[in-house]
Amino acid sequence: MKNEMSLEFDSLSENESFARIVAASFATQLNPNLEEIDDIKTVVSEAVTNCIIHGYQMGEGKIFMHCKIQDQEIHITIMDKGVGIEDVEQAMEPMFTTRPELERSGMGFAFMKTLMDKLEVYSLSGVGTTVKMKKKIGE
Amino acid sequence: MSKEKYEVYEQCLIIYLGEEVDHHRATQIKIETEEIMEKKFIKFIVFDFSRVKFMDSSGIGMIMGRYKKVQCFKGNVIVTGVKTTVDRILRMSGLYKLVHVYSNVEEALGALYTEGDYSHCEITC
Repeated sequence: MKNEMSLEFDSLSENESFARIVAASFATQLNPNLEEIDDIKTVVSEAVTNCIIHGYQMGEGKIFMHCKIQDQEIHITIMDKGVGIEDVEQAMEPMFTTRPELERSGMGFAFMKTLMDKLEVYSLSGVGTTVKMKKKIGE
Repeated sequence: MSKEKYEVYEQCLIIYLGEEVDHHRATQIKIETEEIMEKKFIKFIVFDFSRVKFMDSSGIGMIMGRYKKVQCFKGNVIVTGVKTTVDRILRMSGLYKLVHVYSNVEEALGALYTEGDYSHCEITC
């Protein structure tokens, strides 16, 4: 089975909940268990929050989400056209954050890495950031 | 969707969290908690998760922020009513090393105050 969907929405914290619910609903076609649904909701929430806080620095912008179901896998891509990440490797270190004053725990990427089977982050300063994740459902 | 509720009992602030603790709600909880802590001397914060169905790393950051605040007064942070979904996030983040865990608010208050009468809890928000 193959199925795809795309979503574009404003960079607003109100949309964090909207985005994760959409992704989780889309994934139900794979018959995920409750834990797998929680995983999808958490990683989408983390990635979208990153776009809002870091990518667009709480300012205006559009966030793009693409989900694809292929075989028994869900692929999730979340993209922003924000400021980008200067050092992706450093950003992915657990507890590292550039915004401690906003009480960021620095655990976003660590959660995405732990909860998904694969995580790829592409970023270019001044251009934006793309986060690609995939996970096999119903193992 | 259910929102947070706040109660103050002596030096203890009890936060009954709503259904979701993400960046959006965490920002609000931080503001509301700061407002209460400006008016009252708060040494202990109880986060009750009984109603929580979703939390991400923004919730962890918010709890750690409150932990740092009460640590200044040699206080503590307590979590209660934790269920599977939240338990996983708390475990992954290592937050259990910092906070105390009780099954419910009554037990947490019982451990803090042995008197056993919480009837004069005042609702603040």
